[in-house]
Amino acid sequence: MRIRKLPRECLAAPYRVEAGGDLPYGVGIGCEGIAFMEVFGDHRFEGRGLGCQRGGRLVFDRLDFTLASGGVLILKGPNGSGKSSLLRTMATLVRPARGDLLWDGVSVTDDPQSHAGMLHYVGHADAAKPAMTAEELLTFWSGMRGANGISVAAALERFGIGHRADFPARYLSSGQKRRLALARLLVSEAPLWILDEPTVGLDVDGVAALEEAIAGHRARGGMIVAATHIRFETGDRVAELELSGFAPSAGDLAEAYGALGAELRADAFRDAS
Amino acid sequence: MKCFFVLVRRDLSLALRQGSDAAMALMFFVIVVTLFPLAVGPEPGVLERISSGIVWVAALLAAMLSLDRMFQTDYDDGSLELMLLTPVPLEVLVLAKCLAHWLTTGLPMLLIAPLLGVFMNMQTEAFPVLLASMALGTPVLSLLGGVGAALVLGARRAGTLVALLVLPLTIPLLIFGVSAVEAAVTGQSAKAQLLILGAMLMACLPLAPWATAAALRQAAG
Amino acid sequence: MNWFHWLANPARFMRFAARLQPWIMALGLLTGAAGFYFALFASPADYQQGETVRIMYVHVPSAWMAMFIYVVMAAAAGSFLIWKHPLADVAAQAAAPVGAGFTLMALITGSLWGQPMWGTWWVWDARLTSVLILFFLYLGYIALVNAFDDPERGSKAGAILLLVGVVNIPIIKFSVDWWNTLHQPASVARMDGPSIDPSMLLPLLLMAAAFKLYFLYLLIVRMRGELMARRIRLLHLSDVS
Repeated sequence: MRIRKLPRECLAAPYRVEAGGDLPYGVGIGCEGIAFMEVFGDHRFEGRGLGCQRGGRLVFDRLDFTLASGGVLILKGPNGSGKSSLLRTMATLVRPARGDLLWDGVSVTDDPQSHAGMLHYVGHADAAKPAMTAEELLTFWSGMRGANGISVAAALERFGIGHRADFPARYLSSGQKRRLALARLLVSEAPLWILDEPTVGLDVDGVAALEEAIAGHRARGGMIVAATHIRFETGDRVAELELSGFAPSAGDLAEAYGALGAELRADAFRDAS
Repeated sequence: MKCFFVLVRRDLSLALRQGSDAAMALMFFVIVVTLFPLAVGPEPGVLERISSGIVWVAALLAAMLSLDRMFQTDYDDGSLELMLLTPVPLEVLVLAKCLAHWLTTGLPMLLIAPLLGVFMNMQTEAFPVLLASMALGTPVLSLLGGVGAALVLGARRAGTLVALLVLPLTIPLLIFGVSAVEAAVTGQSAKAQLLILGAMLMACLPLAPWATAAALRQAAG
Repeated sequence: MNWFHWLANPARFMRFAARLQPWIMALGLLTGAAGFYFALFASPADYQQGETVRIMYVHVPSAWMAMFIYVVMAAAAGSFLIWKHPLADVAAQAAAPVGAGFTLMALITGSLWGQPMWGTWWVWDARLTSVLILFFLYLGYIALVNAFDDPERGSKAGAILLLVGVVNIPIIKFSVDWWNTLHQPASVARMDGPSIDPSMLLPLLLMAAAFKLYFLYLLIVRMRGELMARRIRLLHLSDVS
């Protein structure tokens, strides 16, 4: 089987399969009737019994999720319910206090560096250096992660800031900086996108561009975890995870206290739970 | 390996565009040294006697001044998180940051040191040794400083704190750096001191980035 | 090593420490009283230094403790980073001010001893200088641990600093010795003279034992206090949520 890379503009499916025989991965049919291979292959990203402790407090505990190729996991929940913490845990920026993260069934918590290559993380900060132009910033990150996606100019264009390519980031508005941060997703490939409130500061066009990018990413077998208000067609490999804001059970509290040397019984916390 | 150079190039171009940061450390270095003749008097004998010590102490202080910027801006704007999430070992990136820091602060200080030696009536025969000792010592300063800079990320009054943490650790550097120059001034061989400085650099090269990377990971977590 | 991990459970430690505490205090008072008696009354004055030699019985054990506690803290930091024992971090933080106190005591008594012996309060002797730098390392650690709004950050950063520091201490010691031999003024007397007389060794060892027990006692008191403070913090947090 031979795989040839198609022109970069063909974002929805840049790899073309020219093969006879069995195809190892799921194959989609493109608009022109060409068989496209799902670029990223078949992956599975799972969390098992995850618990996260921030500032001596359990923000969530015993959390499970499974995400397959092309799937979307939307995190819901009020402020302070641990959405960002969970996303940072998934990105291996934070080590889970309990439980394990699995990529294709293999634990990643012990080797975060290899997992890092599999994911893109877009957090609250846009990482826009005031003294660097939009183009330079994107070129830098594509150099750091490998320029295996679409070109820098095309990515800027796609997010509608192509005309600002030569502007130092200090002259960009907050919405434009956000678009710049999102354009990073396209210049280097990674099967897993972890997006923390990616639409903050974006106007309608910006949200549309993001939705388009997400659709393209999914079509190629990419997966997405996001805390966002973008609406997805439910049922179509879209799952929601409701983080209620961890209301500790009596047992949990007793366990947490026990870890700090308390000799209190679980029933002492009936009121708290 | 490509990431290493990409990151060095970015840091260098940032330093050049925000030139005032790097230039300030250099100016501080020059000003501190010029204060000493004013404080202890312009007598050439006295100045010559203390010249190597003053140049080295001023270099240490100036390096401290530039340290808190090493990771702080990347930490503040989120670039650091993204660097942690590149597939490259973090230690390599730390090494790149240290190299960029040395090129923008250590190297300029090294280049201007002979001029300050002239100010302080240092014998010209000692200049090659002064340059050699600083060439070996200032990279150690950047490497050790990186550990301190990473440890204080997110701390209150990080700039002052980093100096408190790093300065005691640089005492061996100061002792052997100054002692090398003094040996050269008195006509002895400075080989032993320079070799020890080289050994320190060799020891810091793998160990310091490792500690720095650990500190950066916990800062992001 | 097994008992070490067994004890790393804070609840177990609290019970164990509470039971141990009075015994340590009693033993410490006993050795301390005996040590003072032998040091002040039942040991001879030095034929050269006269009565001032009695400063040694405080000075030398303090200097030993200064080194000892730093190593203990570094070991605790290592086990905190490797095994994530929360108790190890509590121990390192609880030991720091005690260690700094012993270091300061070594410096002050050294200076008091130096005045009659060398005719000056401070001499840049290799040992004094090393101890002074050790004092700075203690202060740096304490400053770092307390510089963060999130106490967890301070714990981890402090632990890494301790490990970096403990690697550096031999290098610092070596360089200060080198520096001192280069600049050594001839008039300064060396302290490591002939071997010590048994009549002086006994009070010295007694005092060293008493200091160790005193440290252990303070460590337990401070650790129990810190554990209770954390418990209260947790109670407040669970009230909020």
